[in-house]
Amino acid sequence: MSFITFAPSQQKYPKTDSTIYPAMNLPKYKITIENVSSYYGTVQALKDINMNILPLSVTAFIGPSGCGKSTLLRNINRMNDYIPDFRLEGSIKFDGVDIYSKFIEVENLRKQIGMVFQKPNPFPKSIFENVAFGLRIQGIKDKSYIEHQVEKSLKQTFLWDEVKDNLSKIGTALSGGQQQRLCIARALAVEPEVVLMDEPTSALDPIATAKIEELVIELKRQYTIVIVTHNMQQAARISDQTAFFYMGSLIEMDATSKIFTNPSEKLTENYISGHFG
Amino acid sequence: MKTDRYTLLLTERIIKRLLQGAALVTVFTTLFIIGTLIFETYNFFREIPLVNFLFDTEWTPLFDNKKYGILTLLSGTFLTTFFAIVIAVPLGLSIAIYLNEYTNKRIRNILKPTLELLAAVPSVVYGFFALTVVTPFLQRFIPALSTFNSLSAGIVMGIMIIPFISSLSEDALSAVPSSLREAAYGMGATRFQTVFKVTVPAANSGIIVSIILAISRAVGETMIVAIAAGQQPRLTLNPLVPVETITAYIVQVSMGDVPHNSMEYRTIFAAGITLFIFTFILNNISFYLRKKFKERYE
Repeated sequence: MSFITFAPSQQKYPKTDSTIYPAMNLPKYKITIENVSSYYGTVQALKDINMNILPLSVTAFIGPSGCGKSTLLRNINRMNDYIPDFRLEGSIKFDGVDIYSKFIEVENLRKQIGMVFQKPNPFPKSIFENVAFGLRIQGIKDKSYIEHQVEKSLKQTFLWDEVKDNLSKIGTALSGGQQQRLCIARALAVEPEVVLMDEPTSALDPIATAKIEELVIELKRQYTIVIVTHNMQQAARISDQTAFFYMGSLIEMDATSKIFTNPSEKLTENYISGHFG
Repeated sequence: MKTDRYTLLLTERIIKRLLQGAALVTVFTTLFIIGTLIFETYNFFREIPLVNFLFDTEWTPLFDNKKYGILTLLSGTFLTTFFAIVIAVPLGLSIAIYLNEYTNKRIRNILKPTLELLAAVPSVVYGFFALTVVTPFLQRFIPALSTFNSLSAGIVMGIMIIPFISSLSEDALSAVPSSLREAAYGMGATRFQTVFKVTVPAANSGIIVSIILAISRAVGETMIVAIAAGQQPRLTLNPLVPVETITAYIVQVSMGDVPHNSMEYRTIFAAGITLFIFTFILNNISFYLRKKFKERYE
C-alpha cells in the first residue's frame, strides 16, 4: 500500500476570492478541524473543537494559559505524537487530507507544516547549517540549491544583511531576536505551506518583537500562518482571523476586526477588555 | 538554652578550621604521593639513562641481564586498554542512546542502576571471570590463544567500564535541551535523524569526556590484567600471548620481597610515574572539555 505524501503544490492560492476554489478542485480551507477533543492521560485538554483556517492568512489563537491553544497548534503537525498517553479524537484535515490517517507519513506532513517555537531553539551548529538542516535531512545533496535556499530564507526573514559575512558563526551566538528569525528561516528553507508559531515573541524584547510581527505580515503572502499569542495587541496587529479559547473550548472565532471591536460572546469581550486572563 | 554571641562566633571558627583541615589532609596526601613518586623516580634515573628507559625493547629488572624498556609494559597496557575501549565505546554509546531516546522514564529508572551495578562488581571477580570463563570460551575459536592473554583481559575490562560510558553519556544526552529535539522533529526529521544529527552532536563533548574517563580507568585497572593477562613483559601487539601491563608489574613487584632502596624497588616508581602521567593528561583533557561543555548551555 502506498503512502500518501504531500508533494509541494505548485499553484498558490489567490488571495481572497473564495469563489474560484471549487474550480481549482482545492478545498476552500487550508486546514479543517472537526470535532477535535484531545487528552493527556485522563486530562482533557481540548473539547470538541471545530474550525477552518483560511489559506494565505494569519490566524491567531488567544486565550488564558492552559486554555488549550498550544495543544491545538501542536496537533496540527502532530508534535504531540511523542507525548506518552496523548490521545486525539475527531479529525484534522490539511488540504482535505486527514493528517491522523494511518497512511500519513508524519515526517512528510511536518515538511509541509513547519513550526516555530516559544523559545528560540537554533541548533548548536553554524548559521548556514541551521537553515540547511531541513534540506539535508531530506537527503538533498545539490550544493548550489542548498546555498540558494539558505540565502533566500535568510533574506525572507530580513536576516541576510546581518549575517551574510559570517554564515559559519554558531547560530546560538546570535541575539535572541536574531535567533528567532534564524529559526523562522530554518522553517522556511524547506518551503512549507503552513507555518505554526507558538508564542514566537514571548521571549523577545519589544524591538525584536516588532521585527517578527513585520515579518509575519510579510510572510502571509506566501504561507498560511497560525500563531499562538499571549499578547492581544499582537493578535490585533497582525492577524486576519482570531480564535478565542477558554478552558479547552473554542469560544469564538471570527475576523480579527470583529473579535476586537464587537465580539459575539460575553466571555470574549471580558477577556479582550482585560477582565480576566 | 541561650547561647551568647561569643560562643556562636567561636563555634563558627572551629567548624571552619575543621573543614579546612579535612581539605588540607587530602591536598597534602596527594602532594606527598607525587613527591615520593618524583623522588624515587629521580633516584632511578640517576642510574638508568632516560634513553634506555624509553627505547629499550625489554623489561627485565628482576633478572641478571637487567633491561629497563618501559615500552614493553606500555604495549601491554595499550593492548588491554585498546580491547576494552573497542568493546565499551560502541556498547556504552548504544546503551546511552537507547536509554535516553528510545525508552520511557520508568524503564530508564530500572535499567540505569542495574547497569551501574557492573561497576560495583569487584575487579578481582572480573579477573577471575576472564581467566576461567572468557579465555576457555575464546580458545574454542582461537586455538592459538594462551591461558594468559591481553584479548580476554581487555574484553572483560571493556564490560566493566561500559557503565562509565553509558551513564556519563546518558547524562550528557539528557542535558541536551528537549527544545532542540522538538526543532528537529518539527522540521520533519525522523527519530534516527534527530538522534544522530542533533542530539549526539550537541552532546559530543560530554560523550568524549565519558570515553576519556573510561580510557583513564582502563589504563589504571590492575586486578583484571594482573590475573588474566599474565606477567610476562613482552613488547608485542599480538593479543593472543601473555603480556604484562604497568599496573600488573607494580603488583608483581610490590607483592614479592624486593629490598627497599634497591634498583628493583625503584622501578615501581618509574613505572608508577609513567602511569600517573598518562592518567593525569587524560583527566585534564576531560576536565577542560567538561568546562567547555558546561558553558554551552548556561
